[in-house]
Amino acid sequence: MRKKTVRYAFRASLPVMAGYLVLGMGFGVLLQGQGYGWWWAAAMSLLIYAGSMQYLAVDLLAGGAGLITAALMTLVVNFRHLFYGVTMLEPYRGMGKAKPYVIFALTDETFSLVCQPDLPQGVDRKEYYFWLSLMNQSYWILGSVAGTLLGSALGEYTRGIEFSMTALFVVIFLGQWEGTRDHRPALIGLGVSVLFLLLLGPDGFLIPSMGGITLALLALKRFPVRKEGE
Amino acid sequence: MMPISPAQSWAIILVVAATTAAIRFLPFWVFHSSTPRVILYLGKVLPGAVMAMLVVYCLKDLDPLAADHGLPQILGVAMVALLHKWKHNTLLSIAGGTVFYMMLIQTLFAG
Repeated sequence: MRKKTVRYAFRASLPVMAGYLVLGMGFGVLLQGQGYGWWWAAAMSLLIYAGSMQYLAVDLLAGGAGLITAALMTLVVNFRHLFYGVTMLEPYRGMGKAKPYVIFALTDETFSLVCQPDLPQGVDRKEYYFWLSLMNQSYWILGSVAGTLLGSALGEYTRGIEFSMTALFVVIFLGQWEGTRDHRPALIGLGVSVLFLLLLGPDGFLIPSMGGITLALLALKRFPVRKEGE
Repeated sequence: MMPISPAQSWAIILVVAATTAAIRFLPFWVFHSSTPRVILYLGKVLPGAVMAMLVVYCLKDLDPLAADHGLPQILGVAMVALLHKWKHNTLLSIAGGTVFYMMLIQTLFAG
């Protein structure tokens, strides 16, 4: 039974494997570009294990960011994970010893696979959750370590690779835009951060933006989307 | 050369790691029965707003008055958007846009 479960989890994880190896490599190349060796990439992918945030963490390291900035940035960037946890409260009940790990490893991609598993006969649901989470993180660690090695091999040719972070966020932004009808939150995010960027400049606009966005969104809560036929 | 000391690096990494883990564990610690509505609401609307902010953050150093007028970044973002519209393949859009940008700054806009 375990063998069947592991094999099934592996097959389910294949699309994530492709994504995590490539995105992990992008992160590794970036980190290496700042002078960090492969063990730093391994440690970050092992301890943080959050894609977008690790790209941003390279920036935080490069700029020697303050710890409060680092914490606030992580809070707003990863806030959506709260939502995943709320969804998985029931399914992860009774996970036993593996529970802390599957909660820790609940990334966007893993969530997309565990939130509605359609498991065949003979596949153990809890084992499936555990193995899938573990495999996905292995791909991520592997990719990021490979990225640091690739980065040091390519040297000068990696100039401009930092744009992969911009590209990543643009793609996620477009995907979210297309996936929602209410574009006001996205426009608030755009408007508030551009405003603070123009007012305060590139070095000081981030924290005020995070505060401003949160306040604006809370104000927006009073104006729910009207439910009507389109 | 690392930009900051190993100790400072560890501090940042551990803060990011602890904050991420806290967010992931929080629902399992405190929201056993019901989740505050304001949290659910923020969980729904924050991602879109934050992603917009992160795009702005990535382009924060774009300077229209610089020698290249910020063209490599603008063209790179356009390429990412075009690829996304065309295939809706995340990896293709990221890889294609990044390689395009790298080619721009290593050749046309070099120096």
